[in-house]
Amino acid sequence: MDSRSYRDPALMSALTTCLQDWEKPVSIMEVCGSHTMAIGRWGIRKLLPSSIRLLSGPGCPVCVTPMSMIDQLAGLKDVTIATFGDLIRVPGERISLEKARAQGLDVQIIYSPLEALKIARKRKTILAGIGFETTIPGIAQTVLEAERQGISDFYVYPAFKLIPPALKALLKINNSIDGFILPGHVSVIIGARAYRFLPRDFGRGGVITGFEPVDIMLAISRLLKQLKNGDCKIENEYSRVVNERGNNKAQDIIYKVFQPERALWRGLGWLENSGLGFKPAYERFDARLVFSLPPLEDYIKSGCRCPDVLRGVIIPSECPLFGSNCNPAHPLGSCMVSSEGSCAAYFKYERNSNEC
Amino acid sequence: MCLAIPGKLVKKEGEIGTVDFGGIAKDIALNFVPEAKPGDWLIVHTGFALNIISEKDARETIALIREAYG
Ligand code: SF4
Repeated sequence: MDSRSYRDPALMSALTTCLQDWEKPVSIMEVCGSHTMAIGRWGIRKLLPSSIRLLSGPGCPVCVTPMSMIDQLAGLKDVTIATFGDLIRVPGERISLEKARAQGLDVQIIYSPLEALKIARKRKTILAGIGFETTIPGIAQTVLEAERQGISDFYVYPAFKLIPPALKALLKINNSIDGFILPGHVSVIIGARAYRFLPRDFGRGGVITGFEPVDIMLAISRLLKQLKNGDCKIENEYSRVVNERGNNKAQDIIYKVFQPERALWRGLGWLENSGLGFKPAYERFDARLVFSLPPLEDYIKSGCRCPDVLRGVIIPSECPLFGSNCNPAHPLGSCMVSSEGSCAAYFKYERNSNEC
Repeated sequence: MCLAIPGKLVKKEGEIGTVDFGGIAKDIALNFVPEAKPGDWLIVHTGFALNIISEKDARETIALIREAYG
């Protein structure tokens, strides 16, 4: 598919011109790590007038994973930890998985959860179950495969997170957010209708959009138009990929294996029904039960302002440790580790910009 | 971490498909898109196809944007 039209310089400049006259201060939040990266990469902030503030919310799965989960996994013995690459460098309170590996723990980086199943055929394996609605169906399907193939030594540590409950919690903590750029690939699964509560219950609008520069500029321009007209609603600019209902088949598979439970979000605390745990019929796959792991605790390194970054209260460059004591080579918080973390994206793309 | 990438389904055997990502072919699970057929564009994440992409929608969206802003 040709995506060049979504990078068309003429279209970008037309969209940029349209936004220049905006005077009233507004805060727009994106809740997707890939949008965070795209905004940095395409230099979107520099194209906007100073009245439009772009904030990054809790949209990076690694950034909202409690550090105590890392410590728990890193402290296990005689088991292989299978994880997506983003998690491995995240510091726990004590240790990262990368350091635990150097000390002898078998840690394997996987691209697909199905690879963890292959490893589990030979060795007792725990899959670090992090991710949003985009990643969860694949892991649910992998559990069904483990059952079908009779693989008994495969376990998942369910630390999944759901976006709609997080948006609700966020608006209760920080009501200065005027509108949302909604995630593209989470929405493929849950559909545009999953956000109807935003205008209905909170009077906020949102635009689901893609990852090209035109997509992002268009989402901003549509949100501003909604604000101007006092007509907040959910719009889907990414209809080439996202539909109204989402993928029902994938949703059925998720809820065959998992059920909602309260979840601990790093920096946001425990949020009701914002995560997924195993249904009783699949509990034998739950690493927390099988390995008797205690409930997670929230722990933030002293001075790290990640909770405020994730809530959209500050932007990364407003953290006193940003760039000095905390940088990608020596990260203090996971927002500086994952390439999708807002602190890391700021460090890479916007450090020298006056705009941020 | 939620980034999904588009690829074209070239072959299908049961619930596994061969998907071409600009010259690199990979086996992808089709459990969530049982209706996909060779020639369809899929959006793929961690080895699973999440949905079928509409090329028509992409073209229509761009035409509408051009009309409004171009
Ligand atoms: S810059 Fe570092 S210390 Fe500051 S909020 Fe970001 S991750 Fe935490």
